[in-house]
Amino acid sequence: MNQIPALVRAFAYLSLLTIGGGMAAFPEMKILTVEVHKWLTFPQLIHLYSVGQMAPGPNMMMIVPIGEWAGGVLGAIVVVLAFFGPTAVLTFIVGRLWNRLEKWPWRRSIQQGLAPVSIGLLLAGCFTMAKGAIFGLETATIAVVVLLLLLNYKINPALLILVGAVIGVLSLTP
Amino acid sequence: MSESDTKLVLPRGADTGVGQARVSVGEILLEFLIIGATSFGGVVPYLRGSLVTKRQWIDDKEFVEMLSISQSLPGLNATNMAILVGEKLRGALGSVAAIIGVCLPGAVIMYVVGIFYRSHGDHVWVTSALKGVAAAAVGMVLSTVVGLSKKSLAGKFDFVFMVLTVIAVNRLHQSVPRTLVVVGLLAILFHRPGKEQKESVGP
Repeated sequence: MNQIPALVRAFAYLSLLTIGGGMAAFPEMKILTVEVHKWLTFPQLIHLYSVGQMAPGPNMMMIVPIGEWAGGVLGAIVVVLAFFGPTAVLTFIVGRLWNRLEKWPWRRSIQQGLAPVSIGLLLAGCFTMAKGAIFGLETATIAVVVLLLLLNYKINPALLILVGAVIGVLSLTP
Repeated sequence: MSESDTKLVLPRGADTGVGQARVSVGEILLEFLIIGATSFGGVVPYLRGSLVTKRQWIDDKEFVEMLSISQSLPGLNATNMAILVGEKLRGALGSVAAIIGVCLPGAVIMYVVGIFYRSHGDHVWVTSALKGVAAAAVGMVLSTVVGLSKKSLAGKFDFVFMVLTVIAVNRLHQSVPRTLVVVGLLAILFHRPGKEQKESVGP
């Protein structure tokens, strides 16, 4: 069955939810890609998201494999265009209008009001992911140690995720 | 597309003297390709190092302003910044070059990773490594949440709006758009113009 139209619809929609970061779209991404369209499983989605954090560039390139699995090379291309196109156009337009919006008193209200909501969306995404990624003492310890290290030291997060992989192999291999 | 066509729009702190020389679309593409290929662990610091420090295409004030626009719009910071910087330097064509540059290397890498994962993803070492990676990623996202909260939550009501958002999405299973409209609107109304002097007294 041709998945291309469904990929375009799903990822164009998800694109508009990424306020504050890609993680904000994670709960809906799980519903659409795992439950509705069954392009991949929940553990696979978590794996791709996590591995994607080690790749350079925008941290949601994990959408590429989803597109590729569902629709081949075309699927991969279409997913990138659908996911980045709508927000790119919106940002372009708002960027051009920004000078005029500067005097608009509600601009500040919108920025201040959206800040806590966007942080809440990130946190909600994080909880959704934790449900599939944290099971047992080892994984909980890894998450907490990474959190504490990043809050207290200036370490490249990609490096810590790589360390997570090593610890995973050492401690979780049956 | 009338008067704004000939001048570079976006934030301009008077005439900064920075980035006055016309940058070519090719240079924009190349610079963003480099950023896209090297920005491990988060694009924003690399953008700053490259665009502000190394190339001096924009100054620090413009950078911060663009970042605040990027953060309050949907879209990832990395791609929104690419659009805004590209627009400032070379209009629509500059935006296209910048976003292609910043996305392409990571997209190719993840394409290859996806193929590898599909064929070897069930190997026992790979699944153990991925469990560790996923747990570490949870810690990383949490640290982002804490960092952002320290920076942009002002007062206890912002905290309430944040918690309401989490409850709406995770507990009540409301869609993100509905949550955005309801909680977002409440928060925006709370921060309505003219009210902030009273509220921003706290830390």
